[in-house]
Amino acid sequence: MSDDVLPARRVALVDLLDRLLAGGVVLSGDVTISLAEVDLVHISLRAVISSIDALVER
Amino acid sequence: MVERLLYVYAIGAPELADEPLLAELTGVGHGPVRTLARSGVLAVVSAVDAARFAEEPLRHHLEDLHWLEATARAHHGVIDALVARHDIAPLRLATLYRDEANLLGMLEQRADQLRAVLRGIRGRVECGVKGYAVAATPEPPRHARVDTGPGTAYLLRRRAARDEAARGLAEAREQAEQLHRCVASVSCAARRYPPQDPSLAGTRDEMVLNAAYLVERASVAELGERVDRSAGPRLRLQLTGPWAPYSFTPAEAVGST
Repeated sequence: MSDDVLPARRVALVDLLDRLLAGGVVLSGDVTISLAEVDLVHISLRAVISSIDALVER
Repeated sequence: MVERLLYVYAIGAPELADEPLLAELTGVGHGPVRTLARSGVLAVVSAVDAARFAEEPLRHHLEDLHWLEATARAHHGVIDALVARHDIAPLRLATLYRDEANLLGMLEQRADQLRAVLRGIRGRVECGVKGYAVAATPEPPRHARVDTGPGTAYLLRRRAARDEAARGLAEAREQAEQLHRCVASVSCAARRYPPQDPSLAGTRDEMVLNAAYLVERASVAELGERVDRSAGPRLRLQLTGPWAPYSFTPAEAVGST
Protein backbone atom coordinates (compact mmCIF):
# COMPACT_ATOMS: atom_id res chain seq x y z
CA MET A 1 0.00 0.00 0.00
CA SER A 2 2.83 2.43 0.80
CA ASP A 3 5.96 2.89 -1.29
CA ASP A 4 8.36 2.64 1.63
CA VAL A 5 11.44 0.46 1.29
CA LEU A 6 10.40 -3.06 2.17
CA PRO A 7 11.89 -4.38 5.38
CA ALA A 8 13.17 -7.95 5.47
CA ARG A 9 9.86 -9.24 6.81
CA ARG A 10 6.99 -7.22 5.45
CA VAL A 11 3.95 -7.82 7.60
CA ALA A 12 0.40 -7.14 6.53
CA LEU A 13 -0.95 -3.89 7.92
CA VAL A 14 -4.14 -5.63 8.95
CA ASP A 15 -2.23 -8.14 11.12
CA LEU A 16 -0.23 -5.31 12.62
CA LEU A 17 -3.34 -3.30 13.48
CA ASP A 18 -4.97 -6.31 15.16
CA ARG A 19 -2.03 -6.37 17.53
CA LEU A 20 -1.16 -2.71 17.89
CA LEU A 21 -4.68 -1.49 18.56
CA ALA A 22 -5.90 -4.36 20.71
CA GLY A 23 -2.66 -5.73 22.19
CA GLY A 24 0.44 -4.43 23.87
CA VAL A 25 0.99 -3.20 27.40
CA VAL A 26 -1.41 -0.37 28.18
CA LEU A 27 0.24 2.32 30.26
CA SER A 28 -1.37 5.57 31.20
CA GLY A 29 0.83 7.91 29.24
CA ASP A 30 0.62 11.68 29.51
CA VAL A 31 -1.26 11.74 26.24
CA THR A 32 -4.02 9.20 26.48
CA ILE A 33 -6.72 8.22 24.09
CA SER A 34 -9.08 5.78 25.73
CA LEU A 35 -9.21 2.24 24.41
CA ALA A 36 -12.86 2.44 23.55
CA GLU A 37 -12.13 5.40 21.32
CA VAL A 38 -9.28 3.57 19.64
CA ASP A 39 -11.61 0.65 18.98
CA LEU A 40 -14.03 3.05 17.36
CA VAL A 41 -11.22 4.51 15.30
CA HIS A 42 -10.26 0.99 14.28
CA ILE A 43 -13.73 0.26 13.02
CA SER A 44 -13.99 3.45 11.02
CA LEU A 45 -10.51 2.76 9.65
CA ARG A 46 -11.66 -0.57 8.33
CA ALA A 47 -14.12 1.27 6.18
CA VAL A 48 -11.40 3.69 5.06
CA ILE A 49 -8.99 0.89 4.19
CA SER A 50 -11.66 -1.01 2.29
CA SER A 51 -12.49 2.02 0.22
CA ILE A 52 -8.82 2.69 -0.52
CA ASP A 53 -8.29 -0.93 -1.53
CA ALA A 54 -11.27 -0.68 -3.84
CA LEU A 55 -9.75 2.41 -5.44
CA VAL A 56 -6.28 0.98 -5.80
CA GLU A 57 -7.50 -2.38 -7.23
CA ARG A 58 -4.19 -4.13 -6.87
CA MET B 1 12.21 25.41 20.15
CA VAL B 2 10.03 22.52 18.98
CA GLU B 3 8.27 20.85 21.85
CA ARG B 4 9.01 17.15 22.14
CA LEU B 5 7.22 14.18 23.66
CA LEU B 6 8.65 10.77 24.48
CA TYR B 7 7.18 7.91 22.48
CA VAL B 8 7.52 4.56 24.25
CA TYR B 9 7.83 1.33 22.22
CA ALA B 10 8.46 -1.42 24.70
CA ILE B 11 9.51 -2.44 28.16
CA GLY B 12 12.53 -4.68 28.70
CA ALA B 13 15.25 -5.71 31.10
CA PRO B 14 17.98 -3.16 31.97
CA GLU B 15 20.62 -5.15 30.01
CA LEU B 16 18.92 -4.05 26.81
CA ALA B 17 20.67 -0.69 27.25
CA ASP B 18 23.91 -2.32 26.02
CA GLU B 19 22.39 -3.54 22.75
CA PRO B 20 24.52 -2.10 19.88
CA LEU B 21 21.60 -2.44 17.47
CA LEU B 22 19.82 0.44 19.23
CA ALA B 23 22.15 2.95 17.58
CA GLU B 24 21.01 1.80 14.13
CA LEU B 25 17.28 1.99 14.76
CA THR B 26 14.99 4.74 13.55
CA GLY B 27 11.79 5.33 15.42
CA VAL B 28 8.43 6.93 14.79
CA GLY B 29 9.00 10.29 13.08
CA HIS B 30 12.53 9.14 12.13
CA GLY B 31 14.03 9.96 15.54
CA PRO B 32 16.93 8.01 17.09
CA VAL B 33 15.94 5.28 19.55
CA ARG B 34 17.33 5.13 23.08
CA THR B 35 16.55 3.59 26.46
CA LEU B 36 15.69 4.86 29.93
CA ALA B 37 15.79 2.63 32.99
CA ARG B 38 14.60 2.86 36.58
CA SER B 39 13.90 0.30 39.31
CA GLY B 40 15.06 -2.67 37.24
CA VAL B 41 12.82 -1.87 34.27
CA LEU B 42 13.85 -0.33 30.97
CA ALA B 43 11.80 1.58 28.41
CA VAL B 44 12.69 1.86 24.71
CA VAL B 45 11.86 5.40 23.59
CA SER B 46 12.36 8.11 21.00
CA ALA B 47 11.51 11.80 20.97
CA VAL B 48 8.64 12.89 18.73
CA ASP B 49 7.23 16.23 17.71
CA ALA B 50 4.52 17.31 20.17
CA ALA B 51 2.72 19.16 17.41
CA ARG B 52 1.92 15.78 15.85
CA PHE B 53 1.55 13.61 18.92
CA ALA B 54 -0.33 15.72 21.45
CA GLU B 55 -3.83 14.50 22.21
CA GLU B 56 -5.79 16.50 19.68
CA PRO B 57 -3.47 16.01 16.68
CA LEU B 58 -3.11 12.35 17.63
CA ARG B 59 -6.85 11.80 17.63
CA HIS B 60 -6.99 13.40 14.21
CA HIS B 61 -3.99 11.46 12.83
CA LEU B 62 -5.35 8.10 13.94
CA GLU B 63 -8.08 8.53 11.35
CA ASP B 64 -5.48 9.10 8.63
CA LEU B 65 -4.57 5.76 7.13
CA HIS B 66 -1.20 6.80 5.75
CA TRP B 67 -0.15 8.32 9.06
CA LEU B 68 -1.39 5.27 10.92
CA GLU B 69 0.42 2.86 8.64
CA ALA B 70 3.70 4.78 8.84
CA THR B 71 3.42 5.01 12.63
CA ALA B 72 2.41 1.38 13.07
CA ARG B 73 5.27 0.19 10.87
CA ALA B 74 7.81 2.40 12.64
CA HIS B 75 6.55 1.22 16.05
CA HIS B 76 6.71 -2.40 14.92
CA GLY B 77 10.08 -1.90 13.23
CA VAL B 78 11.75 -0.96 16.51
CA ILE B 79 10.11 -3.82 18.40
CA ASP B 80 10.73 -6.41 15.69
CA ALA B 81 14.42 -5.54 15.47
CA LEU B 82 14.87 -6.01 19.21
CA VAL B 83 12.70 -9.07 19.78
CA ALA B 84 15.06 -11.29 17.82
CA ARG B 85 17.64 -10.85 20.59
CA HIS B 86 15.70 -9.74 23.67
CA ASP B 87 12.55 -10.48 25.59
CA ILE B 88 10.52 -7.30 25.36
CA ALA B 89 6.94 -6.41 26.14
CA PRO B 90 5.57 -4.18 23.37
CA LEU B 91 3.41 -1.22 24.32
CA ARG B 92 0.18 -0.30 22.65
CA LEU B 93 0.50 2.12 19.74
CA ALA B 94 1.00 5.77 20.68
CA THR B 95 1.95 5.68 24.37
CA LEU B 96 3.47 9.10 25.07
CA TYR B 97 5.10 10.90 28.00
CA ARG B 98 5.71 14.58 28.35
CA ASP B 99 9.32 14.22 29.54
CA GLU B 100 11.90 11.86 31.01
CA ALA B 101 10.89 12.65 34.58
CA ASN B 102 7.29 11.59 33.96
CA LEU B 103 8.35 8.38 32.24
CA LEU B 104 10.88 7.49 34.94
CA GLY B 105 8.25 8.20 37.58
CA MET B 106 5.88 5.78 35.88
CA LEU B 107 8.59 3.08 35.65
CA GLU B 108 9.31 3.46 39.34
CA GLN B 109 5.67 3.40 40.32
CA ARG B 110 4.83 0.35 38.18
CA ALA B 111 8.15 -1.50 38.45
CA ASP B 112 6.68 -4.58 40.20
CA GLN B 113 3.90 -5.01 37.67
CA LEU B 114 6.19 -4.44 34.71
CA ARG B 115 8.74 -6.94 35.99
CA ALA B 116 5.90 -9.45 36.35
CA VAL B 117 4.89 -8.79 32.73
CA LEU B 118 8.48 -9.44 31.64
CA ARG B 119 8.64 -12.67 33.64
CA GLY B 120 5.48 -13.87 31.90
CA ILE B 121 6.99 -13.53 28.42
CA ARG B 122 10.57 -14.57 29.15
CA GLY B 123 11.88 -16.79 26.36
CA ARG B 124 8.54 -16.66 24.57
CA VAL B 125 7.27 -15.19 21.32
CA GLU B 126 3.92 -14.93 19.61
CA CYS B 127 2.87 -16.79 16.47
CA GLY B 128 -0.20 -15.86 14.46
CA VAL B 129 -2.37 -18.38 12.63
CA LYS B 130 -5.02 -17.33 10.14
CA GLY B 131 -7.42 -19.80 8.58
CA TYR B 132 -9.60 -19.30 5.50
CA ALA B 133 -12.39 -21.42 4.08
CA VAL B 134 -11.36 -22.13 0.50
CA ALA B 135 -14.12 -21.13 -1.89
CA ALA B 136 -15.04 -24.28 -3.81
CA THR B 137 -15.52 -24.25 -7.55
CA PRO B 138 -19.03 -25.63 -8.07
CA GLU B 139 -19.42 -28.78 -10.11
CA PRO B 140 -22.43 -29.13 -12.40
CA PRO B 141 -25.09 -31.43 -10.90
CA ARG B 142 -24.48 -34.90 -12.29
CA HIS B 143 -28.07 -36.10 -12.22
CA ALA B 144 -29.71 -33.13 -13.88
CA ARG B 145 -32.61 -34.50 -15.91
CA VAL B 146 -32.44 -33.93 -19.61
CA ASP B 147 -36.06 -32.88 -19.88
CA THR B 148 -35.76 -29.96 -17.43
CA GLY B 149 -35.95 -26.54 -18.97
CA PRO B 150 -32.99 -24.14 -18.97
CA GLY B 151 -34.53 -22.16 -16.07
CA THR B 152 -34.82 -25.23 -13.86
CA ALA B 153 -31.29 -26.36 -14.69
CA TYR B 154 -29.99 -22.95 -13.75
CA LEU B 155 -31.80 -23.02 -10.40
CA LEU B 156 -30.52 -26.51 -9.69
CA ARG B 157 -26.96 -25.40 -10.40
CA ARG B 158 -27.39 -22.38 -8.17
CA ARG B 159 -28.75 -24.50 -5.33
CA ALA B 160 -25.99 -27.09 -5.69
CA ALA B 161 -23.35 -24.38 -5.63
CA ARG B 162 -24.90 -22.79 -2.55
CA ASP B 163 -25.11 -26.10 -0.69
CA GLU B 164 -21.54 -26.93 -1.63
CA ALA B 165 -20.29 -23.56 -0.38
CA ALA B 166 -22.15 -23.96 2.94
CA ARG B 167 -20.72 -27.48 3.41
CA GLY B 168 -17.22 -26.23 2.61
CA LEU B 169 -17.50 -23.38 5.09
CA ALA B 170 -18.84 -25.62 7.86
CA GLU B 171 -16.06 -28.12 7.25
CA ALA B 172 -13.39 -25.40 7.26
CA ARG B 173 -14.76 -23.96 10.50
CA GLU B 174 -14.71 -27.35 12.17
CA GLN B 175 -11.14 -28.05 11.03
CA ALA B 176 -10.04 -24.59 12.17
CA GLU B 177 -11.61 -25.13 15.62
CA GLN B 178 -9.85 -28.46 15.89
CA LEU B 179 -6.52 -26.88 14.98
CA HIS B 180 -7.08 -24.05 17.45
CA ARG B 181 -7.83 -26.46 20.32
CA CYS B 182 -4.78 -28.50 19.43
CA VAL B 183 -2.36 -25.55 19.17
CA ALA B 184 -3.82 -23.80 22.22
CA SER B 185 -3.30 -26.95 24.30
CA VAL B 186 0.44 -26.97 23.58
CA SER B 187 0.92 -23.17 23.81
CA CYS B 188 1.60 -21.09 26.92
CA ALA B 189 -1.43 -18.93 26.07
CA ALA B 190 -3.84 -18.34 23.19
CA ARG B 191 -5.90 -15.38 22.07
CA ARG B 192 -8.43 -15.05 19.30
CA TYR B 193 -9.07 -11.93 17.28
CA PRO B 194 -12.24 -11.21 15.34
CA PRO B 195 -12.08 -12.28 11.69
CA GLN B 196 -10.51 -9.66 9.45
CA ASP B 197 -12.54 -7.93 6.79
CA PRO B 198 -11.98 -9.86 3.51
CA SER B 199 -11.30 -6.64 1.60
CA LEU B 200 -8.71 -5.66 4.22
CA ALA B 201 -7.11 -9.07 4.17
CA GLY B 202 -7.00 -9.02 0.37
CA THR B 203 -8.79 -12.33 -0.14
CA ARG B 204 -12.26 -13.51 -1.12
CA ASP B 205 -12.03 -16.56 1.11
CA GLU B 206 -13.92 -16.27 4.38
CA MET B 207 -11.75 -16.08 7.47
CA VAL B 208 -12.54 -18.83 9.95
CA LEU B 209 -9.61 -18.41 12.35
CA ASN B 210 -7.61 -15.38 13.48
CA ALA B 211 -5.58 -16.44 16.48
CA ALA B 212 -2.33 -15.73 18.28
CA TYR B 213 -0.37 -18.19 20.39
CA LEU B 214 2.35 -17.54 22.94
CA VAL B 215 5.05 -20.19 22.57
CA GLU B 216 8.60 -20.85 23.72
CA ARG B 217 11.09 -19.58 21.15
CA ALA B 218 12.29 -23.15 20.66
CA SER B 219 8.75 -24.31 19.77
CA VAL B 220 8.10 -21.94 16.86
CA ALA B 221 9.20 -24.44 14.19
CA GLU B 222 7.07 -27.18 15.74
CA LEU B 223 4.00 -24.94 15.64
CA GLY B 224 4.70 -24.22 11.99
CA GLU B 225 4.84 -27.92 11.17
CA ARG B 226 1.61 -28.57 13.04
CA VAL B 227 -0.11 -25.82 11.07
CA ASP B 228 1.27 -27.15 7.78
CA ARG B 229 -0.12 -30.59 8.55
CA SER B 230 -3.55 -29.19 9.37
CA ALA B 231 -4.22 -27.43 6.07
CA GLY B 232 -6.50 -29.21 3.63
CA PRO B 233 -8.54 -28.71 0.48
CA ARG B 234 -11.19 -26.83 2.47
CA LEU B 235 -8.94 -24.93 4.84
CA ARG B 236 -6.11 -22.61 3.86
CA LEU B 237 -3.81 -21.65 6.70
CA GLN B 238 -1.36 -18.82 7.01
CA LEU B 239 1.27 -18.50 9.69
CA THR B 240 2.56 -15.08 10.76
CA GLY B 241 5.40 -14.11 13.04
CA PRO B 242 7.15 -14.85 15.21
CA TRP B 243 5.97 -11.58 16.73
CA ALA B 244 6.91 -9.85 19.93
CA PRO B 245 4.20 -10.93 22.40
CA TYR B 246 1.77 -8.12 21.50
CA SER B 247 -1.28 -10.22 22.29
CA PHE B 248 -0.06 -11.51 25.64
CA THR B 249 0.66 -8.51 27.77
CA PRO B 250 -1.90 -8.24 30.55
CA ALA B 251 -3.41 -4.83 29.88
CA GLU B 252 -5.52 -4.93 33.04
CA ALA B 253 -2.56 -5.45 35.36
CA VAL B 254 -0.83 -2.24 34.32
CA GLY B 255 -3.71 -0.28 32.87
CA SER B 256 -4.50 3.31 33.61
CA THR B 257 -5.03 4.29 37.20
